[in-house]
Amino acid sequence: MTAFTKIPKQVEDAMERWSGTTSRRDFLKNSGLLVVSFGTAAMAKASPLVPWSVAQTVAAEGAGPYPDPDFRQLDSWIVIHENSTATFYVGKTDGGQGTGTAFRQMMCDELDIAFDQTDLIMGATDLTVDQGGSGGSDGIERDGWPMRRVAAEARRVLLEMASDLFKMPVDQLAVADGVISVKADPSRKVSYGELIGGRRFNVTMTGQNINATTGKATVKPVQDLKIVGQSLPRYDIPPKVDGSQKWAVGATAPGMVHARNVRPPFAGAKLVSIDASSVAGLPGFIRVVNKGNYLAVVCEREEQAIAASRQLKVEWQKPATPPFPSSEDLYQYMRSASPTSSSRPDVVGNPDAVMARAAKVIEAEYEVPFQGHTALGPAHGMADPSGGQMTIYSNDMKSYGLRRGVASFLGMPRDRVRVVWMEGPQLYGRTAADDAGFEAAYLAKEIGRPVRMQWMRHEETAWDVKGPAYTFKLRGGLDAQGRLLALEYDARSADYNHIGYNDPDTVLIAQLMGRRPAAPAAGSARTPSEMYVIPNRRVTTHVVGLPLVWESPLRVGNLRDPNGPQVTFAGESFIDELAAAAKADPVEFRLKLLTADSSDDEEFKRTRSIAVIKAAAAEYGWDTRPSPKPVGKGPILTGRGISYCYRGRTVVAEIAEVEVNRETGHVWVKRFVCAHDCGLVINPGGLRRTIEGNLLYGLSRALHEEVQFDTEKVTSVDWRTHPTLTHADTPARIDVVVVNADPNPKRPDLPHYGAGEPSCKPTIAAVANAIYDATGVRIRRVPFRDERVLATLEAAHEAS
Amino acid sequence: MSRITLKVNSRTHTVDVDSSTPLLYVLRNDLGLQSPRFGCGLGQCGACTVIVGGNAVRSCVTRAFTIKSEITTLEGLAKPGTLHPLQQAWIDEQVPQCGFCQTGQILNAKVLLDRNANPTDEQIREWMAGNLCRCMTYYRIQAAIRRAAKTMADARLGSGTEVSA
Repeated sequence: MTAFTKIPKQVEDAMERWSGTTSRRDFLKNSGLLVVSFGTAAMAKASPLVPWSVAQTVAAEGAGPYPDPDFRQLDSWIVIHENSTATFYVGKTDGGQGTGTAFRQMMCDELDIAFDQTDLIMGATDLTVDQGGSGGSDGIERDGWPMRRVAAEARRVLLEMASDLFKMPVDQLAVADGVISVKADPSRKVSYGELIGGRRFNVTMTGQNINATTGKATVKPVQDLKIVGQSLPRYDIPPKVDGSQKWAVGATAPGMVHARNVRPPFAGAKLVSIDASSVAGLPGFIRVVNKGNYLAVVCEREEQAIAASRQLKVEWQKPATPPFPSSEDLYQYMRSASPTSSSRPDVVGNPDAVMARAAKVIEAEYEVPFQGHTALGPAHGMADPSGGQMTIYSNDMKSYGLRRGVASFLGMPRDRVRVVWMEGPQLYGRTAADDAGFEAAYLAKEIGRPVRMQWMRHEETAWDVKGPAYTFKLRGGLDAQGRLLALEYDARSADYNHIGYNDPDTVLIAQLMGRRPAAPAAGSARTPSEMYVIPNRRVTTHVVGLPLVWESPLRVGNLRDPNGPQVTFAGESFIDELAAAAKADPVEFRLKLLTADSSDDEEFKRTRSIAVIKAAAAEYGWDTRPSPKPVGKGPILTGRGISYCYRGRTVVAEIAEVEVNRETGHVWVKRFVCAHDCGLVINPGGLRRTIEGNLLYGLSRALHEEVQFDTEKVTSVDWRTHPTLTHADTPARIDVVVVNADPNPKRPDLPHYGAGEPSCKPTIAAVANAIYDATGVRIRRVPFRDERVLATLEAAHEAS
Repeated sequence: MSRITLKVNSRTHTVDVDSSTPLLYVLRNDLGLQSPRFGCGLGQCGACTVIVGGNAVRSCVTRAFTIKSEITTLEGLAKPGTLHPLQQAWIDEQVPQCGFCQTGQILNAKVLLDRNANPTDEQIREWMAGNLCRCMTYYRIQAAIRRAAKTMADARLGSGTEVSA
């Protein structure tokens, strides 16, 4: 089996003109696997199903419309081929964490078919049901269930067919690896391919919505799952390693041209005039496209478009007032700004009175900057307007949303637009892939030819969507025995005008063209996810806006988690500060807060939290003592810190062991330990690597990432001005402990929870707590770059 | 426009492009080789890496017409139908997540092992530091390099000859 993404023949032909790699069609022909396309109207009428080559001819002719595949039809999810192989169709995308492999494992288990006899197609809006694409770490947790149920239903239907064939009741039949046999006489057997290969199930299922899709069959108890739980290798890795992978960034079509954007040089600038003659004579030049403040150039060749975008003379007018404070002044601005919204304080007990009589009150403020997605490959998309349709080739993780948004933006019927999801660079949240897809589609419609858009590095870093900056103020009151009596949490998030996914009014091109929804999205400020029992507490949150609301490079939206790393940094740093003030061990202090009351342990989160923290401490070999440890001699100080949280229903505890060079301020995390409870694990190897990536991603945000800007523009424009974690920062050792602390871990319906993001959430705090343990100095502003750590150490030294 | 002849993965190609054209766009758009990828256009990230004359070269900042030696891209790292020990190690360690940067990671690791068959962890970290990965697969990449180094050393011991790609 090989991995592929479904791409129309003309695109594949163009991409393979020179490369000489085995094409999907050759592969299918050679393997005897005929994949069929029934998502289009033309195909839906065809029964038995037509082979791939015919389907692709239809696609190549630009046929449409492209109606939504019906999720209640079993045929929309599973096709059994004559050779007893199967193709699964799911409405998800895989950002590289192996969810595609995991989905296949879940469906194979329920269908009783060998993993290597199956293939999976994801996220093509005309072929796969709308499961929304990816996001929220809920692919396995939520979307895996309808996949399991439809596969179980297919197995049930096949068993009934075999029952008719053999004139035997179903309970007298056995199934293994796609073959049904008579239990009493195993020589009597029939394969799935023989039963239904190449034909439709024609089974209608039920369910109010796609998540509720179900047939008559029930899913297997966990004890009967054989493929789930195995560390099967990811099917998408070999083509990514041998160079044969097809990427959205490489999608081409006959007659395709290249586009590049020209962004306002100052935030909020107004386009005054364009001197098109400055580029008109350039080789390959086709057109300057402009509407409002949106500006792009289109050329025959890619390097020509880049050259034209640099050479185009444009007059821009700066806004009368600064669009935002400089990043140096951001936190001062955020603290003093009038919030655009504030939550009603969430009060438990009587925090004021208890705080007033506490033996010890401590207070701390924390700051987290804007951090961007800054994908390694800048945003891109290719749009083909052939035949009055619009087909967009994109790595956008929400291909269905992109389709809806583009249809609305261009005023096209939704069924004339389709999005073909293809592999691309890292997509964790609302990336600029949304924006580039819209831009490619708009330009393709304007030019009347297929257009490939790609952003440049400076655009990606300066203009992609940012996770909100935060300021926090926390107060805690301890009694004489060091027990936490009262806690106040007050957070401010720069999250006003929170950009949604593929929203035709708020994608960057729409903003620059002057489109505005009725009101900016309010945004939110979040609170830490933990289960500490604190008898008196007040939690307040506020959202603040920056002066420039629209057309700003400081656009905020969902970045991986999306607010967890920020709020967990503040929450779990402060718990550590309280533990230090109480002269308590950081693990014991947390466990006491979790065991104080167990009467309201919803979803066993508290029980599971305790188990996960204990597992992390045991794996690390935690030595029970308060932080900081006595400061050592020599330039290198070592320490360890813990942090914990849950996300959704997944619980994570992390321990970082750091080396801090007090002469340079350099921090190296030498070792990470992560204990992780996400319920039933589908693929342990995949989970482990997902966690490793999350830990280092959290570390990158802890040590390096900060979007910087002056009062005119974002000044972070490349990897020097917006550094990221490198090989040099990599820990020597990462230990992952998979915990299953369900009170009844052997229950047959043990659920599978999400793992895509939770383990990036506690990392910043774990590192900060380890730095404190090593140095006795608390660092409260992210990121912990060498110069900031050194300055903080020196300031603390001078103060003492 | 000027005619440029390039030898890439044992095949000779002649293309007609402007002399200022970066090698990256010739490889991708004229020769259809998709493994070198645009990441920054500034030589900072390594996504566009190819091997030229035994050196890891950033094709986004290298003009095509300056290339005199044979170019190897990821597509040509091993003979067709085979995998280089580094590619096998990448699969065995299940390294890639999104995979976008892995071309550069593998090719830069190839140059490292060509020069230093048994690098220390510190040498690996230092040599690879200019190849960025936003999925943060560094830990696995380093494990894969160690694994490949061992495979290649074992093969040399076994055969008594140099392993060729």
